[in-house]
Amino acid sequence: MAIVQETIDTVAELERYKYGFTTDVEQEFAPKGLNPDIIRFISDKKGEPEWMLEWRLAAYERWLAMEEPTWSAVKYEPVDYQDLYYYAAPVKKEGPKSLDEVDPELLAVYAKLGIPLKEQEVLAGVQGAPKVAVDAVFDSVSVVTTFKEELAKHGVIFMPISEALREYPDLVRQYLGTVVPVSDNYFAALNSAVFSDGSFVYIPPGVRCPMELSTYFRINASQTGQFERTLIIADKGSYVSYLEGCTAPMRDENQLHAAVVEIIALDDAEVKYSTVQNWYPGDAEGKGGIYNFVTKRADCRGDRSKVSWTQVETGSAVTWKYPSCILKGEESSGEFYSIAITNGHQQADTGTKMLHLGKNSRSRIIAKTVSAGKSDSTYRGLVSIHPKATGVRNFTQCDSLLIGKECGAHTIPYIEVRNGSAQLEHEATTTRLSEAQLFYAQQRGLSEEEAVALLVNGFVRDVLQELPMEFAVEAQKLVAISLEGSVG
Amino acid sequence: MLKINNLHVSVADKPILKGLTLDVPAGEVHAVMGPNGAGKSTLGYSLSGRPGYEVTDGSASWNGIDLLDIEPAERAAAGLFLSFQYPIEIPGVPAMTFIRTALNAQKRARGEDEVSAPAFLKLVKAASQSLKMDFDMLKRPLNVGFSGGEKKRMEILQMALLEPSLLILDETDSGLDIDALRIVADGVNAMRSPERSMLVITHYQRLLDYIKPDRVHVLAGGRIVASGGPELAHELEAEGYDKFLPEAA
Repeated sequence: MAIVQETIDTVAELERYKYGFTTDVEQEFAPKGLNPDIIRFISDKKGEPEWMLEWRLAAYERWLAMEEPTWSAVKYEPVDYQDLYYYAAPVKKEGPKSLDEVDPELLAVYAKLGIPLKEQEVLAGVQGAPKVAVDAVFDSVSVVTTFKEELAKHGVIFMPISEALREYPDLVRQYLGTVVPVSDNYFAALNSAVFSDGSFVYIPPGVRCPMELSTYFRINASQTGQFERTLIIADKGSYVSYLEGCTAPMRDENQLHAAVVEIIALDDAEVKYSTVQNWYPGDAEGKGGIYNFVTKRADCRGDRSKVSWTQVETGSAVTWKYPSCILKGEESSGEFYSIAITNGHQQADTGTKMLHLGKNSRSRIIAKTVSAGKSDSTYRGLVSIHPKATGVRNFTQCDSLLIGKECGAHTIPYIEVRNGSAQLEHEATTTRLSEAQLFYAQQRGLSEEEAVALLVNGFVRDVLQELPMEFAVEAQKLVAISLEGSVG
Repeated sequence: MLKINNLHVSVADKPILKGLTLDVPAGEVHAVMGPNGAGKSTLGYSLSGRPGYEVTDGSASWNGIDLLDIEPAERAAAGLFLSFQYPIEIPGVPAMTFIRTALNAQKRARGEDEVSAPAFLKLVKAASQSLKMDFDMLKRPLNVGFSGGEKKRMEILQMALLEPSLLILDETDSGLDIDALRIVADGVNAMRSPERSMLVITHYQRLLDYIKPDRVHVLAGGRIVASGGPELAHELEAEGYDKFLPEAA
């Protein structure tokens, strides 16, 4: 409850997009453009094993043969893939062993960001700061990972994927690309060819990860694509909660973000993956902003395994993203909780896929879409029941809220049932933020913007409750900020 | 003192109030009675600044503040509270969160210190007890699934906590049984004070048995057509509004 109050309190203090600064950190770039030499360059920079380079080159070949998808509802200027930098890294002499060795400019970035969580305190090692292990990815390179030693005591591996490729090559090789194959889609193939960093997580059997793990992504360099790759493996009976936050500076040009996240949950394992995405959305005229083309998929391989995706999407000029669950294990369970807020000229086409292959598998989808300004938002979801999957249950709820008269909201649920024993429920509503509600709140003393923030926070409350506490606070603030100027 | 002078208000270009003049001195309770369609609710909405209620002429001020010149939230911070005839449902926002957010927004606007969560909890507990409300109701989304009577009590509870100085009650008696009416009236009477002015808008005389007005005004055809003491309400109850309808007036 206090959270809503805090939202209101912060609205006035925050600018529309406060993360729009750039940082003057010395950068090392690979030449612009995409070709096998660039891929070799990246692979070499990372000191990768030979098989990894082969894998990348194969992905590149597949990518060349693929067409950029056009089936989604989003429209955007074509990306010139030869006019991008695929590798940009803050220059450093040696990998930082401790925070003291991290470029102070970089630390200043995190101090300025202040989100998500209290990372700057965490990074600065302030006593009493929340224990969240953070992996910070700056452009193409993971800059700092905290709490590694403490995690290691529990056998938890949490490190940049580039490091994991050197230290645990067999583990990475065993799982990489098994959930999102290189040829899965255009952007996944591109990512497979050029990804330069991301996070790697392994939770050993029976271990409950002692703290939240968090990756913080930041695009800083101009004309740079960010292609991070995240791989999370939850071994039998383990549990982990993972948080992801994103911001970028304000730039005139559109920047490309094409990430891949793969999650593997074995028997009785549980993974909770939360995202607060606040990439730069572009200016009021729709100029600039991030193209967020992301493939996120979880494989509930084990019986009784469980994966839950929670996302708060407030940023990006264009979002194209469907965190999905392949429910292979018997009694496995997938959840998708989503808040997508678009304002200005933003476009979002987002949703989930729940593929039920295992007997008695369950899924639950709650998607809240808020559209304001001239924005357009689509929920696109698939619930598919395999012929051999008996006893499957699904519940889907899609609610759209429209603010103003120039925005759009669309709900496109696909349902494929090939087994008669399945029970599916689908609920959908579309409402306009009512003048009566707004006036009622204003009559009690709230300004128009405070009233909108309060009402929208009420609308998305079911999903906010699924977020870890610190993220929920952050998300509530974002709801308020991203809707500034949406009425009146 | 509430001063309304020659107020003209149109809704969708249709004139509803046509030169309404009315003063409510501090410390007094005035009833505005009138037939359906006389413009009673329009009076409450236009004083509180609801969009769509266009003031085309006249003035309205509260303690010297020009109400018509400021935003609805500023009017609230200046002390104006409108108890709605049909309180609005706010899904997903617990009643307590809503009220505290509103209270602190008003306090901020007035440059006062905000109320802390524990202090607010105490206030709410006391207020809900005196209105005989189940405290758990305050944890539920505001007005969602509440009965008509519960919604009205929630309005009075908000009024008690926000401590306005200009109270406008729009048909607060509608939808209340006799027991609830008494509880609500007690809540309103508890707020009577030498600084406060109250405007009680009602169709029936019944409410005025419980909230005793200092003055009674008859609103018909968009104007005040008669004013008098409490006995005027009884007269209306006995004889109806016929003689005040525009044709007769």
